[in-house]
Amino acid sequence: MTWPTADEWGIVVLSLKVSIVAVLVTLPVAYGLAWLLARRRFPGRVLLDAAVHLPLVLPPVVTGWVLLLIFGRTGPAGHWLEQTIGLVFVFRWTGAALAAAVMALPLMVRAMRLSIEAVDRRLVEAARTLGATPWRAFLTVTLPLSLPGVMAGAMLGFARSLGEFGATITFASNIPGETQTLPLAIYTALQVPGAESSVTRLALISVALSVAALMVSEWLVRRSHGRRAHVL
Amino acid sequence: MSFDIAIRYTAGEREREAAIGSEAKLVALTGPSGAGKTTLLNCVAGLHRRLSGHIRVGGETLFDRELGIDLPPERRRAGYVFQDLRLFPHKTVAANVAYGARPESPWKSPAEALDFLGIGHLARRYPARLSGGEAKRVAIGRALLSAPRFLLLDEPLTSLDPARAEEIVRLIERIRDELGLPILLVSHAAAEVERLAGATFVLD
Repeated sequence: MTWPTADEWGIVVLSLKVSIVAVLVTLPVAYGLAWLLARRRFPGRVLLDAAVHLPLVLPPVVTGWVLLLIFGRTGPAGHWLEQTIGLVFVFRWTGAALAAAVMALPLMVRAMRLSIEAVDRRLVEAARTLGATPWRAFLTVTLPLSLPGVMAGAMLGFARSLGEFGATITFASNIPGETQTLPLAIYTALQVPGAESSVTRLALISVALSVAALMVSEWLVRRSHGRRAHVL
Repeated sequence: MSFDIAIRYTAGEREREAAIGSEAKLVALTGPSGAGKTTLLNCVAGLHRRLSGHIRVGGETLFDRELGIDLPPERRRAGYVFQDLRLFPHKTVAANVAYGARPESPWKSPAEALDFLGIGHLARRYPARLSGGEAKRVAIGRALLSAPRFLLLDEPLTSLDPARAEEIVRLIERIRDELGLPILLVSHAAAEVERLAGATFVLD
C-alpha cells in the first residue's frame, strides 16, 4: 500500500481545520447553553432544550437544508453576515465548519450539562460566603470542576465534526479543496471505479484521527483530574 | 448586640419563627434535628432566601425586609463552617484556606493561619486525603482567613472522637477569646454548649 497523495493530505488538513474551528467556536456557546439548562429555570427552557437537541434527531439533510434557508446568501442571517463582516458560508469551508458545529452542538451540550449538574451547588454557596461574587464562584468552582465534561464534550464534538456528512453536503456542497472533508472525499472516491486504494487510505486515516482524538482527550482529563476520571 | 435576629422562614416546607437577641460573644442554638437550625444559619449567611423579618450581627444589618436590605452572601462577611465542611475538592489545603483570604484577617499569611490551626504540615494535601479532624480545622481556617465579621459553626463536633472534639472545642475557645468574633454555634452536644456558650436558644 502506498502513502497518501498530496491531494489526500489536503483533504485531511481541510477536515482537521473544519473540525477544530467548529469545536472551538461551539465550545463557549455549548457551555453557556449547558449551564443555562443545568442551573436555571426560565420560561422557554423546554423549547430551548428541544432546539438544541434538534440536530441530533433530524435527518442531517434536513438540518443542512434549514441551514441553507437561514445562512444561505439570501437567508436572513447569511445575508446580514455577508453585508456586515463579509462572512459567506455556502460553497466555503466556513459552511462546512458551521454544519459540523451545528451537528456537534447537541453532543457537546449533553456532555457539559451532565458535568455541570454534577458540580455540588453547596460548594458554590461556600465560595459565596467566602466573599466570591457569582462570577468568581463560577470561574473558580463550577468551571474547573466541570472541566472533564468540557473535555468529553469537545472530544465528542470533534469526532462528530470529522464524520459529518449529510448537513455538510447539503449546505456547503462537495467542492474539492474547499468543502470536501474526509467523509465527502470517501463518498466521492467510492463513485469512481478503481479508486479502492484511495478509499482504504482515507478510511484508515479517519479511524486513526478518531482514535487519536479519543486518546488525547483521555490524557487531558487524566492530567487535570487524577487517575479516577474518565471521558466515557 | 452581637446577634439580633427576628425572622420567619420556610424550612422543609414548614413556616418557622426564630427570635435571637443576645450580647453574648458565643450564642448556641440547640433543638431536635429537623428544627430548622441549619436553615437559620443559611438565612444569616444569605444562602436561604425564603424569609422575612430582620437579621443584625454586631450592629450591622444584613437583612431587613421592611428596609429593603438584603446583602448578597459575598458581602455579609460570614465565616461559615458548614456541617459538611464543603472544602473545594480540586484545591489543596493551602489553596482552600487562601480562597477567601483578606488582608484584614488576624494573620499575615495563609501559612501563619495554618500554623495557628496546627495543620501547617497538610498545606499541599487535597481534601480527599484528610482525616475528619484535619478537614474540620481546614474549614475553620478557611472561614477565619476571609476576615469574617462573625462565625457560623454548624455542628463542629460531630463525627469526631472525644480527643479530636476536645481540640476543636479549645480552638473555638481561642477564637472566641483571642479574636473576639461573635459566634453562632449550632450543636446538640450539651456539655460543649454549656462550656462554650454565653447564651443558648432552643429551636423546636
